[in-house]
Amino acid sequence: MLLAGAGLIFVLVMALLLLAFRARGADEPAADARHERRHERRWIIGLGLVFPVTVLSALLAYGLVIGERLLPRTAPDLVTVEAEARQWAWRFAYPDLPGRETEDILHIPAGRPVDVLITTVDVIHSFWVPRLAGKLDAIPGHVNVLRLEADAPGDYAGVSAEFSGTGYRNHRFTVTAHDAAGWSAFVAGTAP
Amino acid sequence: MNALRRHRELSRIWASDPGWRGLLTTVNHTDLGRMFLAVAVTYFFIGGILAMLIRAQLASPRSPFMGPEIYNQIFTMHGTIMMFLFAIPLFEGLAVYFLPKLLGARDLAFPRLTAYGFWCYVFGGSMLLFALLAGIAPDSGWFMYPPLSSTLGSPGINSDFWLIGITFVEISAICAAVEITVSILRYRAAGMSLSRMPIFAWYALVTSLMILTGFPPLILGSLLLELERAFGMPFFQVEHGGDSLLWQHLFWLFGHPEVYIIFLPAAGVISTILPVMARTTLLGYGWVVVAAISLGVLSFSIWVHHMFATGIPHMALAFFSAASTLVAVPTGIQIFAWLGTIWKGRPQMHLPMLWIVGFFATFVIGGLTGVMVAVVPFDWQVHDTAFITAHLHYVLVGGFVFPMLAALYYWMPHMTGRKRFFKLGETAFWLVFTGFHGTFLLMHWVGLLGQRRRIDTYDVGSGWEVINLISSVFSFVMAIGFALILIDVIIHAVIRSRGPRNPWGAGSLEWAMPIPPPPYNFASLPEVASRDALAKSPDLALHLAKGEGYLGTPRDGLRETLTVDTATGRPNGIVVFPKNTALPILMAFVTGGIFLGMLIKAYWLVPLAGAGVVAFALRWVWGLGHRRDRGLQDAGRGLMLPFASETADPPGWWGSVFLLIANATFFGCLIFGYAFLWTVAPNWPPPAWAVTDLRWLGLALAGAVTAPLAIRWATVALGRDRSALPGLVATLTGVGALLAGAATIPLSLPDPTRHAYDATLWVIGGYALFHAALAALMTGFLVARATAGFLSARRLGEARIVRLWVDYAALVTLAALAAAFAPGLLS
Repeated sequence: MLLAGAGLIFVLVMALLLLAFRARGADEPAADARHERRHERRWIIGLGLVFPVTVLSALLAYGLVIGERLLPRTAPDLVTVEAEARQWAWRFAYPDLPGRETEDILHIPAGRPVDVLITTVDVIHSFWVPRLAGKLDAIPGHVNVLRLEADAPGDYAGVSAEFSGTGYRNHRFTVTAHDAAGWSAFVAGTAP
Repeated sequence: MNALRRHRELSRIWASDPGWRGLLTTVNHTDLGRMFLAVAVTYFFIGGILAMLIRAQLASPRSPFMGPEIYNQIFTMHGTIMMFLFAIPLFEGLAVYFLPKLLGARDLAFPRLTAYGFWCYVFGGSMLLFALLAGIAPDSGWFMYPPLSSTLGSPGINSDFWLIGITFVEISAICAAVEITVSILRYRAAGMSLSRMPIFAWYALVTSLMILTGFPPLILGSLLLELERAFGMPFFQVEHGGDSLLWQHLFWLFGHPEVYIIFLPAAGVISTILPVMARTTLLGYGWVVVAAISLGVLSFSIWVHHMFATGIPHMALAFFSAASTLVAVPTGIQIFAWLGTIWKGRPQMHLPMLWIVGFFATFVIGGLTGVMVAVVPFDWQVHDTAFITAHLHYVLVGGFVFPMLAALYYWMPHMTGRKRFFKLGETAFWLVFTGFHGTFLLMHWVGLLGQRRRIDTYDVGSGWEVINLISSVFSFVMAIGFALILIDVIIHAVIRSRGPRNPWGAGSLEWAMPIPPPPYNFASLPEVASRDALAKSPDLALHLAKGEGYLGTPRDGLRETLTVDTATGRPNGIVVFPKNTALPILMAFVTGGIFLGMLIKAYWLVPLAGAGVVAFALRWVWGLGHRRDRGLQDAGRGLMLPFASETADPPGWWGSVFLLIANATFFGCLIFGYAFLWTVAPNWPPPAWAVTDLRWLGLALAGAVTAPLAIRWATVALGRDRSALPGLVATLTGVGALLAGAATIPLSLPDPTRHAYDATLWVIGGYALFHAALAALMTGFLVARATAGFLSARRLGEARIVRLWVDYAALVTLAALAAAFAPGLLS
C-alpha cells in the first residue's frame, strides 16, 4: 500500500514535469502580477501545501495505529526470555527456568506472546528476526524489551542487524518455536 | 580613467602572487573557490573508487576479493569521504567562488579566514588519506558508534584518524560558515535589500547557520570520544557511568541537519538555474525562502529518527515520527514551486536542465522512501538493510550530485569564459542516470529481502545473487559516465573556444562581469533595484567597467569593497581587504601540530603548537586597523562613507557574534550531555559529588560581575576620548578571578577517569578555563592596542569585539560552576 501510494505520487510529479515541456509553444506567457498570483495559488498552496499535508496526516495516523498494535500488552500467558549479545554470539536465558541457557538458539512456545529482554556485554548489536518482529538494539547497560509471537511452530532465522566489526556477517541465531508438547518437553528439560 | 586603465590598475592591486607561490599565498575568493572545488572533486573520485571496490566485492556471493578487515575500512572511508571531504567542501567551494559575484561584492568578509579554512581542510583530509593508503583507516562505519569505535572495539589507531582528521576538517566548515553568513548579511551590492537577494544567497545563509549549529555537536562528540580513547575518560563506558547512547544523540543531532546542509545548497542551485532554463523568474520567491528556513529549523527536531531501533519510549517515537513526516511539507513546497516555474516559463532542454530533470526523477523517489522509513513499524523492518543504503543514495546523489552537475555545466562557461566543444556531456548524463538507477533501484528490493548493509559477502542460495550482480554491472556504467564528465571538463579546459559573455541570458549579477572573472570581480560596484538587475539592464557589465558604479577609482592601491545595512542594503562602510599572505597556510600548518600531537600521542607537541597558533593569531589581528582617524571617504557616485574599521560594528564584530553562536551551541550540547548522562545512563549517581570552598565561588562571582562592567567602562571612556587603560586593567582583574574560579572545577576532582561525572566536569571546567584565558589574552591584546594608539572614539570596534568575548567568558564560567558545584551544595 505504501508502495502503491508512493508510485502514484511519483507518476504525478513526473507527469507534471514532462507535460510542462509540452505545455506551451513559442508564444510569450502573460507575465503580469495577477497571472503570477494565480500560479502561486495553484502550485504552491494547492499542490505544495495542501496535498502533502493531507497525505502525510493520513500516513502518520496509520503508522501510529499500527505501532500501537505492536506495543507489548500485559498478557496472562506471557513468556519472558533474555537475550545477551556479544561479539559474535547470542546467549539466551530463561528466567522461569533458572540455570537454563542456550547458545545461538532461542526456544519459545508458538502461539504465545514472548518478551525478549535484550542487552549486550560489549559493543552495540541488534536483535532481528525478520519474520517475527522488527529489530531492536542491544545497548550496553540498557535492557530493551521486544514483544514477539510466532503463529506456527518451526525455526525462524535471526541475525544481528547492527554493524559490529569483522565477525558481523555471521552473527546469526535461530528462534525455535515449539508446539505445546514441544514446549512442555523443553520446560521439563527433556528436549534440547 | 578609462575602462582599460581601470582594469589594469585593479588587476595589479587584486592579483595573486605569480607562479606556484600564488597558490600558497592567495586570499582571493575566486582562487580559493576553485581550489576548494578541485580538492572536493578529487575526493569525490577517490570516494567513487572505493564505491567501485564495494560493488566489485558484492557482485558475487562468497567473493574472495576482500576480507572483512579491508572491506570495513573501505565502506567506512567511502561514507566518510563523501560526507565530510566531498559534499560539505563542495558547497563551501561553490559559495566561496560565487557568493561575492552573486551579491555584487569583490570578495568575502574575511579573505584570510577563507584561506585558513581551505588549508585546514587539505591537511585534515590528508591525514585520512594517509590512513587509507597505509591500511589503518577507520573501520567502524561512518557514524562511529562506540563502544565499537572506542578502545573496546577498535584498540588500534584507526578510529583516531577519523576523530582527529574530521575535527580538523570541521574547522574549515565553521570558518566558511562564519564567513558566508557575514558576507551575505553585510557584503552586498548597494540597494540589495534582503528581499532582493538572489535565492541562492538565502539558501547559503540557511545552510551556513545550520553548519554553525549543526557541527558543534559532532565536534563535541569527537572530542569526548577521543578523550575517552586517549586518556580513559569514560563518557561512553557504561560501567563507569557513561552511556554509548550519548554518542548516538550527539552524532545524529549533527547527522540529520547534515542531510539538509547537503540538500539546501543543491536546492539553491536548482532555484537559480531552473528559472533561467525556463526563461522566466522563480515562482513564489517568498514561499521558497520560508520553505528553506523551515527545513533548516525542522531538521534539528528529527535526529531521533535514526535511532528508532534503540528502544526509545513510544511517545517520543510518535513525536519524532510526526516531525519526520512534517519535513516533507517544505520539501513539497519547493518541488511544486519549481514545477510551477517550468509551467510558467518556456523551458529549454539544455544540459543543466537535463540534470535537473534527472534530479526530479531521482530525488522524488528518495523523498518518498524517506517518508516510508519515517513510519516507525516500517523502519523497524528495513533499518540497517540495503533499503536504507538505497534510500540515502537516492537522496544524496539525486538531491546533491545531480544538481551540482547541473551547476557544473551551467557555470563552467563563467569559470573559463569558454563554450563546450564536443557534446560528451549528454552521453555522460545518460550513462550516469541509467547507471545510478540500475545500481540502486533494485537495492531497495534486496534490502526488503533481508540483505543487511555493511556485510562483506553473502552465501550462495540467499536469492540475492542476481540483484547484486545487476547492481554491480550498472555501478560500473555509472562510473564510466563520471569518467566521461571528467574528460569533458578536461577537454573544455584544453580547447580554447571563446564563448559569449552571458550564454544563458541570466539576470543575476555574476554574469555582469568579464568571463573568466578578473580577480576584482567588478570594476565598480553595482547599485541594484530588483532581484534580477542584469535582466533589467543588459548593459550593466559595460556601465560597471566604465566605472559608473561605486568604488570605481582605486584608492592608494587598496583592495576595497562596500558593506551594507543588513535589511535595507543601504551602503554604510568601505572595507579594506588584506593583501596576499602566507599567514593562513602557516597557521593551518601549525594548527595541524595540535592534531598530529594528539594522533601520534606526542602530547608535548600539543601545547607547543597551541602557543604557535596564539602567536600567529596575534600577528594576524595586529596587522588590522589604523593608528589615526581618517573620516569619511569618497565611495563614488557622490556617496561619502567611513572605513568599516571606523564603524561601531566592523566585520570582525559580526564574525565574533556568529562564532559565538556556534560556540554556545557547543557548550549547550556539553550541558545536554551532562544532563543526559545524569538522567539516562545506568550507574549514576557518581561515588562522590564535587565540593569546593565557598570563597572560591564568591571570587568567581565577583569576577563575573566585574569583568563585563569594567570592559563597558573602558568602551565608554574610549567613546569620550579618554584612556581605556583603567577599565582594561579592571577587566583583567575580573577575568583573573574567573580563571581562578574555573580552575577549582578540575582541582576538586582529582581523577577524571573515575566516573563519567568527573570526566564531564573536567571538560566543562576546561571549557570555562579556556574561555577565561581567551578573554584575558584578548584584554591584554587590547591594552597593547590602546597603548600603540589603535583605539579612539571612532575606532571602537576592537573594544566592542573583546566585550563580546569577556561577557561570554563570564557567562560560561558561572554556568560551569553551577553545573559543577550545585549538586554538592544541594545534597
